[in-house]
Amino acid sequence: MDRDRRPRLAVWKFASCDGCQLSLLDCEDELLTLAGAVEIANFPEASSAVLEGPYDLSLVEGSITTAHDAERILKVRQQSRHLVTIGACATSGGIQALRNFADVNDFVAAVYASPHYISTLATSTPISAHVTVDYELHGCPINKEQLIELISAFLAGRKPAIAAHSVCIECKQRGTVCVMVQGQPCLGPVTHAGCGAICPAYRRGCYGCYGPMETPNMAALGREWRTLGASPRDIRRALQTFNAAAEPFRKESEAHAD
Amino acid sequence: MSEDCRNRAMSQNVSEPATTSSDGTALPVRAAAAVISRDGLQALIDALAADHCVLGPTVRDGAIVYDEIAKLSQLPAGWTDNQDAGRYRLERRADDALFGFAVGPESWKRFLHPPVETLWTARRDNDGFSIEAPSVTRRKFAFIGVRACEIHAMAIQDKVFLAGAYADPGYGSRRRDAFIVAVNCAEAGGTCFCVSMGTGPQAESGFDLALTELHDGSRHDFLVEVGSDEGASLLSRLPQRRADDADLEAAAAVIAQTRSQMGRTLDTDGIKDLLQTNANHPRWDDVAARCLTCGNCTMVCPTCFCTTVEDHSDLAGATAERVRKWDSCFTLDFSYLHGGSVRQSGSARYRQWITHKLASWIDQFGTSGCVGCGRCITWCPVGIDITEEAAAIRAHPTSGGQHGGT
Repeated sequence: MDRDRRPRLAVWKFASCDGCQLSLLDCEDELLTLAGAVEIANFPEASSAVLEGPYDLSLVEGSITTAHDAERILKVRQQSRHLVTIGACATSGGIQALRNFADVNDFVAAVYASPHYISTLATSTPISAHVTVDYELHGCPINKEQLIELISAFLAGRKPAIAAHSVCIECKQRGTVCVMVQGQPCLGPVTHAGCGAICPAYRRGCYGCYGPMETPNMAALGREWRTLGASPRDIRRALQTFNAAAEPFRKESEAHAD
Repeated sequence: MSEDCRNRAMSQNVSEPATTSSDGTALPVRAAAAVISRDGLQALIDALAADHCVLGPTVRDGAIVYDEIAKLSQLPAGWTDNQDAGRYRLERRADDALFGFAVGPESWKRFLHPPVETLWTARRDNDGFSIEAPSVTRRKFAFIGVRACEIHAMAIQDKVFLAGAYADPGYGSRRRDAFIVAVNCAEAGGTCFCVSMGTGPQAESGFDLALTELHDGSRHDFLVEVGSDEGASLLSRLPQRRADDADLEAAAAVIAQTRSQMGRTLDTDGIKDLLQTNANHPRWDDVAARCLTCGNCTMVCPTCFCTTVEDHSDLAGATAERVRKWDSCFTLDFSYLHGGSVRQSGSARYRQWITHKLASWIDQFGTSGCVGCGRCITWCPVGIDITEEAAAIRAHPTSGGQHGGT
């Protein structure tokens, strides 16, 4: 790569709510610096001026839910030197992966007046199920500070300082008293760090927005939730949210039948 | 704090913990002890606040935590903690004791060895780059209510951070400047086992002043013992009276009662060899089936000292910084060598933690790494109990096996 040329950034959207790419626009204090450090070549949410590829860094938001998108992601990969997925949809299939647990035609029939207009796949799958992904940034939504860290690391050619351990370690870093030991079911011990342990700081159990941590012991957590009084339905519903199709969450949720 | 006091504090704090009495009873308190009232305790806090950040126990988020205090009313009067494996509940006491609880969720470690610390910042300039030390606001800490186990934990961390050729200057200055007001425990928690570890419940050294709360229907005041010149100097400025035999006996009775109330026991006889020769014990897989590998035990442990270092650079490539954060031997990154983590399984990681804590710590630092505070038991979300795991290994030791799998 020409050392004087700014790396070219592209931001892509698949099945998603746009919240994660909006995190990039939320980086208000850093936006001008970012625009100086990279060439924002393809970011339709920010600018209608779309430049052709190839791109040095592609940020991919959203999951694959249509045959059209399953084709499109291949083309994105072909044009991208580095491909990073951002957010729960892109990394695990997102909330829309609840379809994976039922018949998508039933949902379509229940929601749309003319279901025959809808062309969709039976499942919502993460980008990594379709193409090689160089790095995954977790969260629903992602943490904008981690996004800046990711891009800064990319620009410096270093590894992002982003931990894959439990949320518990973030709770302890900020001095939050453990809500689970005080009797409240919490997904923190099996959930990937990154949010800064927001919910326990407000005396609520973790919702698992960042998906499974590096070595989640789901069965042990499930047993403890039962001990704390959670019903099988409570456990299933807690695990079947934004990261429902992440394999450890999916498997444990299905182990708790009524 | 004068330079003399600084030197004094250093030599005192780094010294070996005093031995406990061999017959298991509380040692007699020193001569020249004094008695102060609750007003006297407020006067102590006021005097310390003049040039210290005063920290003590207070109720927050359903727990008794260490935080900044200014008034006696912020202490957890009439509260106690009901602790068991994986369980902590704040409960009302029948009286209004100020220190009628065991230990809280986190130790003084978070002040002396903070969870996140910037080590340096680098800025690009015309000549290349320059490195700046972090701007440090030197706040001298005064800790009110330090338990005997916690004093031993500080002495253990002193060996880690201050002994040898590469002392940690930040820790050193915070530690030297800290004024320590110990409190002899009047209540053992359900997960306490300091008696097994020889670290409590009586504070015997390593403090500036030590309090024993004397509280019955007829009185509510504090026996004060002096542990340093600075402590003596401060005590001399407080309203007080000289302790008499009845005060000393009352204090000894408090400590003797706490000693008899330990919620847990740990048999330390030959524990180094026991753990180091049972690396392939089936119990490791048993505990791994329960262990969340979340790292909570290491975070709440007052002696666990491991950190990781993160390097950050900004978008413009103009500044960079190196940040040190608490790490845990339960994360994969902790044992990441070229190609991957060498402790992939929960079995390997739990075994590493307990074997280091109770056995190889002795090889490394000359003492156990455990002070029997019970935090790892209470604050484990699934209630894994270090005393129970050690006992299980002891009950059915396997022969040989110094090297286990990953």
